[in-house]
Amino acid sequence: MISRRDFLQVSMAASALVGASGFGNWSRLAAQQSLTQDQLLEFDTFGNVSLIHVTDIHAQLKPIYFREPSINIGVGGNKGAVPHVTGADFRKLYGIDDGSPSHYALSSGDFASLAQAYGRVGGLDRVATVVNAIRADRPDALLLDGGDTWHGSYTCYQTEGQDMVNVMNALNPDAMTFHWEFTLGSDRVNELVESLPYAALGQNIFDAEWDEPAELFKPYKFFERGGTKIAVIGQAFPYMPIANPRWMFPEYSFGIRDENMQAMVDEVRGMGAELVVCLSHNGFDVDKKMASVVSGIDVILSGHTHDALPEPVLVGETIIVASGSNGKFVSRVDLDVRDGRMMGFRHKLIPIFSDVITPDADMTALIDEQRAPYKAELEEVIGKTDSLLYRRGNFNGSWDDLICDALISEREADIAMSPGVRWGPSLIPGDDITREDIWNVTSMTYGQAYRSEMTGEFIKVILEDVADNIFNPDPYYQQGGDMVRIGGMGYRIDINKPQGERISEMTLLKTGEAIDPTKTYVVAGWASVNEGTEGPMIWDVVENHIRKQGTVSLNPNNSVKVIGA
Amino acid sequence: MDFTRRETLAMGAGAALLTVLPFRANAAVDDLINEFTGGAAVGDAGVDLTAPEIAENGNTVPIDVSAEGATAIMVLAAGNPTPPVATFNFGPLAASQAASTRIRLAGTQDVIAIAKLADGSYARTSKTVKVTIGGCGG
Repeated sequence: MISRRDFLQVSMAASALVGASGFGNWSRLAAQQSLTQDQLLEFDTFGNVSLIHVTDIHAQLKPIYFREPSINIGVGGNKGAVPHVTGADFRKLYGIDDGSPSHYALSSGDFASLAQAYGRVGGLDRVATVVNAIRADRPDALLLDGGDTWHGSYTCYQTEGQDMVNVMNALNPDAMTFHWEFTLGSDRVNELVESLPYAALGQNIFDAEWDEPAELFKPYKFFERGGTKIAVIGQAFPYMPIANPRWMFPEYSFGIRDENMQAMVDEVRGMGAELVVCLSHNGFDVDKKMASVVSGIDVILSGHTHDALPEPVLVGETIIVASGSNGKFVSRVDLDVRDGRMMGFRHKLIPIFSDVITPDADMTALIDEQRAPYKAELEEVIGKTDSLLYRRGNFNGSWDDLICDALISEREADIAMSPGVRWGPSLIPGDDITREDIWNVTSMTYGQAYRSEMTGEFIKVILEDVADNIFNPDPYYQQGGDMVRIGGMGYRIDINKPQGERISEMTLLKTGEAIDPTKTYVVAGWASVNEGTEGPMIWDVVENHIRKQGTVSLNPNNSVKVIGA
Repeated sequence: MDFTRRETLAMGAGAALLTVLPFRANAAVDDLINEFTGGAAVGDAGVDLTAPEIAENGNTVPIDVSAEGATAIMVLAAGNPTPPVATFNFGPLAASQAASTRIRLAGTQDVIAIAKLADGSYARTSKTVKVTIGGCGG
């Protein structure tokens, strides 16, 4: 008898070979300059259930550029495993031709020139077209939003997430889970969640005082689709009070809580669920580990770490789907659920090429309506860039190089620190830098740019602490961000060492001198998790700096020496 | 990541300790375990400890311990200056042998639970709880 795992592996092989997605074929299409919406959407409807997954949109309503990382190191059991494969290695792994649309959408390398050829990606009006097309194939498809939706833009900040709620409501999802939403503060999150016409899920969202499940967020919701009983279990970002300011949502506690996840899976199975879907904001490596610890989950729709994978990853009998970020991708997963079990799947990661996919007119109008009151502020040109500006990468990105330069010059600091977040679109050389662009990479509810004194020893403690949150070999101890970006200082990092021994050769760049553990340095940074942080808002600091520069031109940053990758 | 100067100085003073993280179980912990077990062999099945992987607040970390049929469960925070946290004793009329409490952890360390089971044997489990500055990811 064929085991279910064999069935799933056959599904995996079929999707890789045939490319339900047409991966591999696109390279030829591209050569003919004939990539069409029909090709992007082409899908041989399969089984009886369809899932549509969007995640980590970070309030990007309009098409943007988004460069994927060239450095994304895996540690422990995940060394060399996806999503820790980048650039040419990634293309080789998935059989993607250089210069093809898939190259541009999924990997780094030649980004600026490919961006000029293929144009911007994303835009929720294009996403709406894709969602509508899938619903035309399968009217009862489930649309699931993995969170980090109500954060990340000028309009989202000004409206406290209302712009995104309005637009997402029109997209009509069935359920959502959460991360940055909580940085709106618990009062506002509660208010918005109460207004939602769809389910707000998180089995790991607890009441901090009583350590019991929070009343407002349900652990799961049942759906009856295609004659199948489906349970969707939510998993919010586990480390919210650690990675983000706890004082903004003191009533809530999180954590992975995989024992409660198992209890919820058992509970929904006991209630007759034939398909168990986990809508997760764990991050990819945490999801992989959770899939190996918790039994009975059929599909994990993975968010948080912003990975875009053209195929699901199979862990035991669970498939894990990673759908990228910033509105750049939509995943469609068709499932064959028979006799109470998932027996096969067909998957496609659909890149939203904004010039190829026709925007949905109603959605365009709704998006423009949200932006209209702020149009002049959004569009004001602050400067221009001669360099590619991007964020993703384990150690630095040119946007953060620019932000650190701004902090050092505007706040008269020796050293600057910029948080290792993974959101924020890219700009290509020759682009104007508008106020909207600056907010896209800085917007948050705790954006104060502090100026403080720290000893060399304390700076090392910070770097060691953050490094262990990324390079701890056990994914459950990782928080899913990147290394804090450092301006004005170089260092060496051996990622395989334990905490306390990874960082060495800390050097003050302006003098070339070694950092003295006992000496005090002036450090400027932003996004402090501590209450009462004072300073001007980071977007104003960056705007002032860019205005003075006129045209931004950055040198390559080689100040971090990485060992053991 | 912002610190008042006072906090910065205070944390700078603590940095020497932080850099040798994680705290190791010390000899005192072994002595405490021996005292509890009377030197008997300790198995690894029969006691469960639930604790967060990363503490949301090191000053108040929720933990649960349980061991079916146990007469006592001892909890130690191996890296605290004073490792003993609590010993829960269960009488014959106890409906369940489980307890929840909140503990304070000085830094990343192992939390250890040792249960005296119904048959008089001992079982041990532990979990690393990380205490971190946080704030730079996402």
